[in-house]
Amino acid sequence: MKKSWIIIGVVGLLIVWLISSSVGSYNGMVTRDEGVTGQWAQVENVYQRRADLIPNLVNTVKGYAAHEKETLEGVIAARAKATQTTIDPSKLNAESIKQFAAAQDGLSSALSKLMVVVERYPDLKANQNFLELQAQLEGTENRIAVERKKFNDTAKDYNTFIRKFPKNLFAGMFGFEKRDYFESQEGSDKAPEVKF
Amino acid sequence: MKQLFTILLFLTVFGITNAQDCLLDKKPVQNLVQDYADVLSDVEEQGLRNALNRFNDTTSTQILVVTVNDLCGYDKAEFTYTLGEKWGVGQKGKNNGIVVMVKPHGGKGQRHVFIAPGYGLEGVLPDAIAKRIVENEMIPRFKENDFYGGIANGVAAIISITSGEYTADDYVKKVTYEKYIPFLFILFIFILIMIVKASRTRKYAHTNGMGFWAAWALMNASSRSHGGSFGNFGSGGGSFGGFGGGSFGGGGSGGSW
Repeated sequence: MKKSWIIIGVVGLLIVWLISSSVGSYNGMVTRDEGVTGQWAQVENVYQRRADLIPNLVNTVKGYAAHEKETLEGVIAARAKATQTTIDPSKLNAESIKQFAAAQDGLSSALSKLMVVVERYPDLKANQNFLELQAQLEGTENRIAVERKKFNDTAKDYNTFIRKFPKNLFAGMFGFEKRDYFESQEGSDKAPEVKF
Repeated sequence: MKQLFTILLFLTVFGITNAQDCLLDKKPVQNLVQDYADVLSDVEEQGLRNALNRFNDTTSTQILVVTVNDLCGYDKAEFTYTLGEKWGVGQKGKNNGIVVMVKPHGGKGQRHVFIAPGYGLEGVLPDAIAKRIVENEMIPRFKENDFYGGIANGVAAIISITSGEYTADDYVKKVTYEKYIPFLFILFIFILIMIVKASRTRKYAHTNGMGFWAAWALMNASSRSHGGSFGNFGSGGGSFGGFGGGSFGGGGSGGSW
């Protein structure tokens, strides 16, 4: 009689522990998962910020270097492609991140080509408007580097969280999957140098 | 075995000294003016610190001025915002910190300055404005080795731009009579001094056989000579409570000379 009470008590305690820890880990996973999605929005924001600077930049350069048509059109085309490529946060995976990165890298290389061309126009380099655009562009490249790093940090935090025992059991149960990182493509791990 | 131990020991020692060298690996130093490159005199440093402490007290915006000799292999921008992010300059939630970094030594083009605002101040201090402050206020003076002048002018510009953005919540709450206590105290002391002085003047006027106001003027004139010693007390900027956990998003601008 006494023995069976003890067994029931132990089993009861185990069940309570199991429920409370699974609820705790579930909520922790949801918070971190949302953190990753939220940080992705930040990444897209800063890329959008760069895209927003470009029309102004192109117009300023045009005023001094109108016959560099090819380079300017290259930048405009790359910008259009980059702004079209956005990711639905619910479909954030290695494949979609790769597409996004490829489009943005295309814009980065078009921009660096433009900056090489600009070297040949001293009047343009002395233009106050251009200097300020340059400062903003540099700042935006820095912001991109920061937000990408923060995205990878939150994704890493989430991945570490769901893979630890016993949370890995619950994660499988509730369908939480490993999140992908914003991998650097060849040679694009550093912010492109914007030198004039 | 012994060799392995030596290698391990070497690695540990090297690792530690290496970490000590870089400011980014250090624990936050709770001080708004940190002159590691030693370009400011003690008085200049203290004056700047008082001004920044006061600005922090009234607006809760934290401006960290740091001069360094080494950027730990980072570029100037990355070093500056990483320092702000790691040390948590500014208040949590408001992210109203600013780091002003100056690397004053090195060859031509190796001397850098960078202004990095936290997320919360990117709106009032956009990159183009930071660039202008650096190019107009700071670098021209740095070129003449006037580091205090450059830093002070840059900081003054930043303060005037950002002063409207945030107010210290705690400070605003105490708008009641508490505000007048120091004033009343000063008034009380002032009256006390006046009474003592007046009685002395009366004595002086009496023994020298002159009018009260004539004696008053004479005594004030003679006492002015040692009035200067009061100047050393300065107006204390209060103490600094510590960085509040602000976050940085990579904004800001800088330059090299």
